[in-house]
Amino acid sequence: MRSDLLLFATTFLASAVEAVEALTIVLAVGVVRGWRSTLVGVGAATLVLAGIVAVLGPALRLIPIGTLRFVVGALLLAFGLQWLRKAILRSSGYKPLHDEASAFQREREQAGAAARGSSRMDWYSFTVAFKGVLLEGLEVVFIVVTFGATQGRIGLAAAAAAAAVVVVVGVGVFVRGPLERVPENTIKYAVGLLLTSFGIFWSGEGAGVVWPGSDLAILGIVAFLGLVSFVLTRRLRRQRLAVRPLGAEA
Amino acid sequence: MRYLRSFLAFWWNFIVGDDWRVAVGLAVALGLTALLAHHGVNAWWLLPAAVAVLLWDAIRREARGVD
Repeated sequence: MRSDLLLFATTFLASAVEAVEALTIVLAVGVVRGWRSTLVGVGAATLVLAGIVAVLGPALRLIPIGTLRFVVGALLLAFGLQWLRKAILRSSGYKPLHDEASAFQREREQAGAAARGSSRMDWYSFTVAFKGVLLEGLEVVFIVVTFGATQGRIGLAAAAAAAAVVVVVGVGVFVRGPLERVPENTIKYAVGLLLTSFGIFWSGEGAGVVWPGSDLAILGIVAFLGLVSFVLTRRLRRQRLAVRPLGAEA
Repeated sequence: MRYLRSFLAFWWNFIVGDDWRVAVGLAVALGLTALLAHHGVNAWWLLPAAVAVLLWDAIRREARGVD
């Protein structure tokens, strides 16, 4: 039950982050260039994603579970550690916060600057929306298939991802803006921590490790990495303030 | 050719990102864990410790570059 909740929460949060990024692109292009071609791009990307899920899902079941855990655990570990590292650097002021509002503005300016074609289909809107949804969607598919397959709960992982997409799209439609109120770095910090922890647990299991406490070890890993990240963030913040005190940057 | 290049770039970015040293460190830690397990040593502590060290080292390098 506890591992189901963790699986749902992790997949939900990770998918929500990707959905926010894809929605930012779609909203920016749709608002500036019109919705028709943009939504066709979104639909096409969704179809391609569905095809990938259909091919990838059954293929993964043929791979031995130990090998699968090792491979996907290692991938999650590498991917999650990138997020965690960047989130720590952002929290301590060493990297600018990833601001959805400025990302929205940038996409909007780029979309406005591109010349519209003479055909009825606006290929620029189509391509940008397609690319954005496909790339972010692929990451969601990867998260769902790997989390679901290793736990034997693809249905639960898919439900969590679907819930995240529905929530993010619902919020996006409601606010009609760049979702700037979502504290993206906080989500990325938490997701980076969870992805890295799951990555350590699964790749370790796949490599032949027997974890003390079995599945409960995940909580221990999350707590350990959380503490390490907290200490690193505090130390970096102090270091940055010592080098560049507040007010000296203006 | 262009598609193959972007496909490879996607996976390179997904796995390695902008710090190849972290990816190499993870590969070494995973290999060592598997090797020890193969020889009957249950080195469950190795991966968390390696990740903490790699994280600390990567952040230290990046922060030093900014300051």
